[in-house]
Amino acid sequence: MMDDFVLRALAAGLGVALVGAPLGCFVVWRRMAYFGEALAHAALLGVALGLLLDLAPTVGIVATCLAAALLLVGLGRHQPRLAGDTLFGIVAHGALATGLVVLSRMETVRVDLFAYLFGDILAVGPGDLAWIGVILVVVAVAMAFLWRPLLAITVHADLAAAEGIHAGRVHLGFMLLIALVTAVAMKVVGILLVTSLLVIPAATARHFARTPEQMVFAAMLVGVLAVTGGLAGSLWLDTPSGPTIVVAATLLFALALFQRVSPEARDT
Amino acid sequence: MGEQGRGAVLVACSGLGLTRAGTTLLDSVDLVVHAGEIVTLIGPNGAGKTTLVRLLLGLDAPDRGRVERRPGLRVGYLPQRLAVDPVLPLDVGRLLTLTRSAPETDRRRVLREVGVPHLLHSPVQRLSGGEMQRVLLARALLGDPDLLVLDEPTQGIDFNGQVELYRLVEGLRDRRGCGVLMVSHDLHLVMAATDRVLCLNRHVCCHGEPESVRAHPEYQALFGPRIAADLAVYAHHHDHAHALSGEVAEEHREETGA
Repeated sequence: MMDDFVLRALAAGLGVALVGAPLGCFVVWRRMAYFGEALAHAALLGVALGLLLDLAPTVGIVATCLAAALLLVGLGRHQPRLAGDTLFGIVAHGALATGLVVLSRMETVRVDLFAYLFGDILAVGPGDLAWIGVILVVVAVAMAFLWRPLLAITVHADLAAAEGIHAGRVHLGFMLLIALVTAVAMKVVGILLVTSLLVIPAATARHFARTPEQMVFAAMLVGVLAVTGGLAGSLWLDTPSGPTIVVAATLLFALALFQRVSPEARDT
Repeated sequence: MGEQGRGAVLVACSGLGLTRAGTTLLDSVDLVVHAGEIVTLIGPNGAGKTTLVRLLLGLDAPDRGRVERRPGLRVGYLPQRLAVDPVLPLDVGRLLTLTRSAPETDRRRVLREVGVPHLLHSPVQRLSGGEMQRVLLARALLGDPDLLVLDEPTQGIDFNGQVELYRLVEGLRDRRGCGVLMVSHDLHLVMAATDRVLCLNRHVCCHGEPESVRAHPEYQALFGPRIAADLAVYAHHHDHAHALSGEVAEEHREETGA
């Protein structure tokens, strides 16, 4: 018999694991782990702005993540002198620090910083679950449409463009989807661990896949195992659930390293 | 050039120019590719061959002049290099359907057409240079292209492989009637397998049928007489047929040293 809050936590975690899997694969293929990290850090500024403007923190987080994604895309296009990871580092820590400063000045509000930094999946309420569900459905549908063009520009941007795919638009669309998933995943594992929830299942899945689609399904499976195992572990050991989920994912990754796989999947 | 007997115009450009950071990369380039003909761009490194291809494909916009593609033109593009990161699991079958879906029977058909039906399930990271080009060609064929654009398709392929690849492209043109625009360094081989040559060095040095380009003084000045002589051998015009002896090579050394 399980309590409602555990079921809600499980639903939120599994939703993020399933919808995050294809995005995580692209983050790994397109080497965008730093980008996800930057958005996650910017989310704390979103929390602060949300409280400052008297909005729900969720609205602030989603809006700030989307704005940070647009800013990074814009800077990447118009600042060719600085490498992407440099820009990401500046935006990430600039936003995180600004968020902390703003929060410290708001004397009337006491914010549970730990919950934002490391997630508080067991505190997911019915209302939270509803908007998490809506965002995840939007992301899943958009991802289904973006899948083929995004894979094409990942393999060769010019080749895709020569056949009529708008590489810039597709890339921008993907960045915005990452921003949405980051805003949701933050609730599950927190700002500091969001990227790991996208990247580790995908990286683990690489060992078992021969096609991009197989890698996504494998990443879904790894993500589901990590969320379920991590949540169970955290209840059993009385440890914080977000970090425990990431530890579970990391253990699965380590196991996969020792796994002997079929020769077709073990190329290069 | 006689225009009769040619297919429809697939892509044409006139007065094309591109300047980047104060350097003129291309200047007043005119080019037409018709259905059913093989047009080859040759020229030294940095001549702007790939730049021109990118403008023709619409990947970049020109500063001067204009490009006209036939409305609804289906282009099959083979980029100069396609290296797939090992972190992305991709087999040949999936690479074929990168930009459009196709049933397995079609995938097998195009792989047969380019002579590599056995590669359907191979990871693309394991393909040799020649196999990769054939697979990319098959991928382009899946879209039933009106125009094939190949940017240095024989890079990293041995001599026999190059000859075979050019034959394959020629055969595809004959069977399908598509136009072909090729960029190449392999002057000698290309000359034998092309209808028209455009010799580029930021501007069009000369253009026309292979024999007339070969005889053109600007072409000779760009590539030197030794390579011009090689052409004669591979194009089987025996009026020039002297073997590649040490004597010729020495002559070439003097040329380049001068």
